[in-house]
Amino acid sequence: MSAAHSGNNYYLPNPSAWPVITSAGLFFLALGFVLVMNDIKAGSWSMLLGAAIIIYMMIRWFGQVIAESEGGIYNAQVDRSFRWGMAWFIFSEVMFFAAFFGALFYVRQFSVEWIGATELLWPGYDAGWPTAGPKGPVPVVPDTIPGVNQFSPMGAWGIPAINTLILLSSGATVTWAHWGLLKDNRAQLITGLFLTIALGITFLGLQAYEYIHAYTALGLTLKTGVYGATFFMLTGFHGFHVTMGTIMLIVILGRCMAGHFRSDHHFGFEAVAWYWHFVDVVWLFLFILVYWL
Amino acid sequence: MATANNADHPYGFTRWLYTTNHKDIGTLYLVFAFTMAIIGGIMSLVIRAELWQPGLQLVDPHFFNQMATVHALIMIFGFVMPGFVGLANWQIPMMIGAPDMALPRMNNWSFWILPFAATLLIMSLFMPGGGPAAGWTLYPPLSVQGGIGTDFTLLSIHLLGMSSILGSINIIATILNMRAPGMTLMKMPLFAWTWLITAFLLIAVMPVLAGTVTMLITDRHFGTHFFDAAGGGDPVLWQHVFWFFGHPEVYILVLPAFGVFSQVIPTFARKPLFGYDSMVYATASIAFLSFIVWAHHMYTVGMPLAGELFFMYSTMLIAVPTGVKVFNWISTMWRGSMTFESPMLWAVGGVFTFTIGGLSGLMLAITPADFQYHDTYFVVAHFHYVIFGASIFGIFAGVYYWIPKWTGHMYNEGLAKWHFWLTMIGFTITFFPQHFLGLAGMPRRIPDYALQFTEFNQWSTVGAFMTVAAQMIFFYVITQAIRGGARATNKVWEGAEGLEWTLPSPPPYHSFTVVPKVK
Amino acid sequence: MPLFYVRQARGNISRLILGLCLWIAAPMAFAEYGLNFPKPVTSVAQRILELHNMIIIICVVIFVIVFGFMFYSIFAHRKSRGFKAAKFHESTTIEVVWTVIPFLILVGMAIPSTATLIEMSDTSKSDLTVKITGYQWKWKYDYPDQDVGFFSTLATPREQIENKAEKGKNYLLEVDNPMVLPVGKKVRFIVTANDVIHAWWVPQLGIKKDAIPGFINEMWARIDEPGIYRGQCAELCGKDHGFMPIVVQAVSPEDFTKWVAMQKDKTAADSAGAAKTWGKDELMEKGKKIFASACAACHGANGEGMGPFPKLAGSKIVTGPVAGHLDIVMKGKAGTAMQAFAAQLSEVDLAAVVTFERNSFGNKTGDVVQPSQVKALRK
Ligand code: HEA
Ligand code: HEA
Ligand code: CUA
Ligand SMILES: [Cu+2]
Repeated sequence: MSAAHSGNNYYLPNPSAWPVITSAGLFFLALGFVLVMNDIKAGSWSMLLGAAIIIYMMIRWFGQVIAESEGGIYNAQVDRSFRWGMAWFIFSEVMFFAAFFGALFYVRQFSVEWIGATELLWPGYDAGWPTAGPKGPVPVVPDTIPGVNQFSPMGAWGIPAINTLILLSSGATVTWAHWGLLKDNRAQLITGLFLTIALGITFLGLQAYEYIHAYTALGLTLKTGVYGATFFMLTGFHGFHVTMGTIMLIVILGRCMAGHFRSDHHFGFEAVAWYWHFVDVVWLFLFILVYWL
Repeated sequence: MATANNADHPYGFTRWLYTTNHKDIGTLYLVFAFTMAIIGGIMSLVIRAELWQPGLQLVDPHFFNQMATVHALIMIFGFVMPGFVGLANWQIPMMIGAPDMALPRMNNWSFWILPFAATLLIMSLFMPGGGPAAGWTLYPPLSVQGGIGTDFTLLSIHLLGMSSILGSINIIATILNMRAPGMTLMKMPLFAWTWLITAFLLIAVMPVLAGTVTMLITDRHFGTHFFDAAGGGDPVLWQHVFWFFGHPEVYILVLPAFGVFSQVIPTFARKPLFGYDSMVYATASIAFLSFIVWAHHMYTVGMPLAGELFFMYSTMLIAVPTGVKVFNWISTMWRGSMTFESPMLWAVGGVFTFTIGGLSGLMLAITPADFQYHDTYFVVAHFHYVIFGASIFGIFAGVYYWIPKWTGHMYNEGLAKWHFWLTMIGFTITFFPQHFLGLAGMPRRIPDYALQFTEFNQWSTVGAFMTVAAQMIFFYVITQAIRGGARATNKVWEGAEGLEWTLPSPPPYHSFTVVPKVK
Repeated sequence: MPLFYVRQARGNISRLILGLCLWIAAPMAFAEYGLNFPKPVTSVAQRILELHNMIIIICVVIFVIVFGFMFYSIFAHRKSRGFKAAKFHESTTIEVVWTVIPFLILVGMAIPSTATLIEMSDTSKSDLTVKITGYQWKWKYDYPDQDVGFFSTLATPREQIENKAEKGKNYLLEVDNPMVLPVGKKVRFIVTANDVIHAWWVPQLGIKKDAIPGFINEMWARIDEPGIYRGQCAELCGKDHGFMPIVVQAVSPEDFTKWVAMQKDKTAADSAGAAKTWGKDELMEKGKKIFASACAACHGANGEGMGPFPKLAGSKIVTGPVAGHLDIVMKGKAGTAMQAFAAQLSEVDLAAVVTFERNSFGNKTGDVVQPSQVKALRK
């Protein structure tokens, strides 16, 4: 497709079927999810359909955008629009995590203490952090095997510390790759990306191991009171974002191998790099506020 | 609505499904908003009809609660927000001298999510156990009790939120990146300014709502204990996070209306807007303050004294920048040369009713007094005065102001005036008496009430039916104007200023195909 | 007290306008015709009323001044009257003026508000403590020091609600057992809830606090004059949120002590009843009453159920083994409005209502459940 209305210095895309179909995909995904949650079997099919539509649409939609971009019909203004778009999208992601960090702050600073103070309703509950609440299992020292009706919170200096190093270095490797791109050093670009992806996957692997360990050995699950809830929701959503980021990086790697991007025209690469740095920063907060303190 | 001169786009139905054109998408948004407004309006009539007299007549209490809840969600997320995005889509490119929105395909996407989200919301009402019945504020643990209908609603809210975020990203990108050369930020029309700030608010708080809705879902189905003291959580946590979204949300509903007022009043006063700069700064300070006042919705949850004092003071402060805006509007009218076509009627009427609602809001801000007002009809009166009296008056003002530009036809001014006066009177009859109901002690969200409240409730019900009926006129006037009527000039209004009025009426499919010059 | 604010308002016009709106505001602020708060009976409620009247008058003044200008301009500065538009469009001085003046007005409002709030939040040095617990949809009042405790439910008959009977004077504002309080004593309330959030509110006492499950809120009141004061639950708590009124009966300290004694006898009688074996008929008769007050609201007067609330006629649980039936009635069903009635009803009541359900609405199990069986399951 070429730009509608050549003859002016604006780029206007032609009408497109992708958006409405993607919305339909979202609908089936949401509908299916509701049904599944209320254990109605048909739901999983609806979810499958929705997910399939969305994935297919992403491939086609992004495919078209990439083609247009490589086709050189995006002028500087379009590029700026994309950058603003990505920047504000990341800001919205930040606020999404802010909600969960806010919840963590509130329970740790206020509500747990208040529950501890209401002897009348919760006799014998001594508040503190970590906690699973007056009716939940009792915390033991981190990384020790808990007994019955106990759970072990997640310590900071084992896997989490290693993961921190991994993510930080992965941040460095994308930047290194970017430098490669800027000085048209493809080899450096591709090695850099490759390393980043490798680190990302290692991180996810360790994270998965940590979860299994928590569920099987530490008696720590999503249901383990407010500690379990905040722990798994925060790290879980972060893990989900790392997964997304890794997939994006893989796509970008593919594009680089296919010879896409120029030193002066590579929004796609930068968008993903920004995103990767964002998940990086979120992790730092997680490490300090969830694992360490 | 948008006529298709010099445009290459599919015709018929697919034109609307696939469109990447800001005018077509604007039209879609407005039509959607209109439909939702009617549905939400009818639900409000169910509420009012049940409250016509003491005793249970039409609906059982459980269904009444569903009506109140869905009425609110539909009106806010289905009517007011999409309504203003519709106006933004139509106007912002024309006002800042752009050919279209910055991200046209995404623009179409943010619209098409809405009908699907609305479907989920409406479906919830037909589920076993009924729809959401915990109020639009969905406070747990009550919202945890709800059945599958509640899950439909929660997922619907997720989709609505996505749509708003995408739409806002687009609006910000457009304003920051698509302005014609010479159109500096401080030369920008106020409607664009208020929308820029609104979009920022949306991107800042919609994800927070998504976050807390997610917590509610996991509490309902995945065994988390965010809102359950037995597990170390706290039901009030929901209220804090919800209102951190909720209060900025109310300014999201009203700021674009402020923008419309600031366009309309100078036009019909034939006098430039008074204190443009202070208007911009006032809007910005309102937005800033809106992040630190949320707990004024929660004075009775038993916060520590220091907290209650902080939120009382910060909330009261908002009266200052808002006052500045009101004063500026009035000074714009002062010693102007005014005429009162319907856009002006809606704008002036809006300033008037908004101030009433604002002042009652200030009363609610006074913590000790709020212990008496809270969760009574005084609150219901307050927020209908500000939402209906400002947001919706703003939408009407905008539609009447710009529809000649959109369609190229003048609407029937006589009927439009009828629409205004009947709505204004109906609205007042509906909501003014509710102040007294609240003071006399009638709680909100009840399907049946003690005998001493009967009289005012009957006023309110009569007014409600009158208001809804008046909207038929609106529908007629608008369809008439779309179909035909007296040709509109490019400038349409004698006192109109701004780029949109330099374009022909109706404007070309792609507003500015050559870059306009802004002096 | 409004006089203080006259100084803020500038010029004679505004003084004239002030007089005008005092005249408008007066009926609003002081009338008896349900246009304002009902008559306060505690010092706090009194202060709130004064605060409220003050704010309302300030707001009316501001409103009249601001829109005085607007309407004058609407009237005078019209094109139709040949008025030519002026050109001015900014003035920093005036912007500052109308930023500062409102701010000062607000400070003027904040001072008395703060004082009142501080007074309200001091629950120390109380003479009597009452624990309030919100249930779907009734209130429980406990007097820990007197060890007296009882439930307080809506007394308005369903016929009146369903318009089958003439509505009484206190329609929806009447309960079976009111909260009884001595006058002239500082009563400390500790408020909590059992299932969802409720809010305990009696306008004439000037107190409203949310009852939050798992947490405790405090408030206090010292009632000046004996009388009956009515209020309602003020936080949406589900289907019958509109049907859980509050009635406070303020009596002389002497009568209060008498009342406490009476309550003690009642509880004694109940526990005696739990010991003996009951005949089916007396259980059925008692059960009918309990069912009407505790169960009918959700499960329907004839156990037909409604909306999310299951029907009992022919229900598997009700016609199944007694143990299962007792279990759900006593322990409730998590995540639903079905609550644990073990905490709410005496053994006799539980035995009676279960017997009733098992032998009514076409259920014919013939079982007779004894209080002793219930006691066995308690603990
Ligand atoms: C468009 C939406 C909108 C807007 C603009 C506002 C504006 C304001 N609102 Fe309102 N509000 C709602 C929508 C809105 N509100 C809704 C929906 C609810 C209920 C939610 C629910 O529970 O369901 C609510 C509830 C609500 C409460 C909670 C009540 C309760 O539940 O107990 C409070 C308490 O402080 C409050 C305060 C205010 C204040 C101080 C303003 C201020 O912004 C008003 C400022 C304006 C003025 C003050 C008038 C103009 C100023 C002048 C003329 C200058 C001179 C004036 C002075 C110096 C006093 N609002
Ligand atoms: C935008 C918000 C909005 C709007 C417009 C309305 C409009 C109305 N509302 Fe509602 N209402 C709420 C938001 C709104 N409300 C909220 C948030 C609550 C709280 C719910 C809760 O407690 O949880 C509530 C609750 C509420 C209650 C209290 C219920 C209870 O507590 O038990 C009542 C009772 O009278 C009521 C009545 C009405 C009536 C009669 C109207 C009428 O004015 C409606 C008249 C008809 C229209 C307004 C349609 C006109 C518009 C058009 C025709 C479209 C034009 C469109 C374009 C140009 C694109 N509403
Ligand atoms: Cu209890 Cu409302
Ligand atoms: Cu608010």
